[in-house]
Amino acid sequence: MSKIIKYILLDILRNKIVVAYTLFLLAISLTVFSLEDTPQKGLLSLLNLILFIVPLVSIIFSTIYIYNSSEFIELLVSQPLKRNSIWFSLFGGLAGALTLAFIIGAGLPTLIFEHSTTGGAMVLMGALITIIFVAIAMLATVKTRDKAKGIGLAILLWLYFSLVFDGLVLFLLFQFADYPIEKVMVGVSALNPIDLGRILILLKMDVSALMGYTGAIFKDFFGTQKGYIISVIVLVLWIVLPFGYSIKKFNHKDL
Amino acid sequence: MIEAINLNKNFGKLRVLNNVSFSSANGECIALIGPNGCGKTTLIKCLLGMVVPDSGTLKFKNENIANGWQYRSQIGYMPQIGRYPENMKIGQVMEMLADIRASVHQVDEDLINAFALKKLYHKRMGNLSGGTMQKVSASIAFMFNPEALILDEPTAGLDPVAAEILKEKILTEKAKGKLFLITSHILSELDDIVSHIVYMQDGSIIFYKPINELKNEVGETKLTKAIAHFMNNTTT
Repeated sequence: MSKIIKYILLDILRNKIVVAYTLFLLAISLTVFSLEDTPQKGLLSLLNLILFIVPLVSIIFSTIYIYNSSEFIELLVSQPLKRNSIWFSLFGGLAGALTLAFIIGAGLPTLIFEHSTTGGAMVLMGALITIIFVAIAMLATVKTRDKAKGIGLAILLWLYFSLVFDGLVLFLLFQFADYPIEKVMVGVSALNPIDLGRILILLKMDVSALMGYTGAIFKDFFGTQKGYIISVIVLVLWIVLPFGYSIKKFNHKDL
Repeated sequence: MIEAINLNKNFGKLRVLNNVSFSSANGECIALIGPNGCGKTTLIKCLLGMVVPDSGTLKFKNENIANGWQYRSQIGYMPQIGRYPENMKIGQVMEMLADIRASVHQVDEDLINAFALKKLYHKRMGNLSGGTMQKVSASIAFMFNPEALILDEPTAGLDPVAAEILKEKILTEKAKGKLFLITSHILSELDDIVSHIVYMQDGSIIFYKPINELKNEVGETKLTKAIAHFMNNTTT
């Protein structure tokens, strides 16, 4: 399996997009940290940018890459290789390359300017979000045969997770403002990895004081060691479930 | 060596394979023929595990191939239209395949040399002509000394010289007792190669016979005429 990962990684690196993505992240993080007067503020701005860009690039690049590798996958399937290991290698290659890009582009500057647990948590979150969206992309591609449809689906999924979901949550909050739904909101946030990541980082910063009563409830849950571990487990589930389902589908797919 | 039992496959509502059963032994050279869209390529893809049949079993050397993968090291496959990663060079593809099949120590480079492919190793797969692509596919199929070879339209797109080289190679390998499964529409080419004929129509195998038997039956000496005779009889 490691052999195939090697070829996929080489192929992704030869395709200069990932290098450009790394440089782009690097430029953003260096600019943000040098513009803001305190690293904490820089981290906050960077967080918002990262939670916007990283899922987008991860899901779109992975989707297009997998569609473009259909010939490669066909070639590999006719070789003495397990389908599982082909799909795993593809996942490993994509997740590996994009995570590496994130760590070099955004992780290193963060750790240099803000080497606190908050900074560390953000690097971990960014890496997890990258892998989650690669997994979601793999599910989207295995479900749709048509390339245009698959890429469209990936864009819609990204829109849903970064914009629509927040809208729905706001709607719920206003509709049920008279009811004590704060605890429910903790559960709802598990349904969106981007939000979960954002909450986890925000609560490690001082700005969480501005979030009012819901913020207090969140802090009560996510601020504790237990809450933090549970959230990371939920994020890992966001990787395992979509990818596990995609591998099941891929094993029965006609090429 | 290859055995199929009641193979069925639907693509949506379309029934592509309809209770296909056959079994073939070593040293046979089988021509798989039939009109377009009769399920030849699907049958081949089932053998390679690229298409998963809805029901039925396929056995390679008496072992069920469902969920198996090791058996594919014994099969060389030349697809109808070779599809390779476009930004890989020929040399890199060859190297990668050799790497994947590292267990095969004796690499058969006869075809690579005969087609003089080494001179083209630096070319990217995306820029190759159809014929060169076929040469690459053929070389890959024979490269790892497989016991069974599946060739889907092997000579389509090859120039006469290359087609002749490939035919020679098929004959030498056939003499070593390897199993061949060839699909082609150019029947005259198959005449001196094949030993058995499988005729498929609408997803079913109509007959599976040694070529001599078929020729005797219809009283023709040329395969083209024998099949034409048969096709006419079934359609009218």
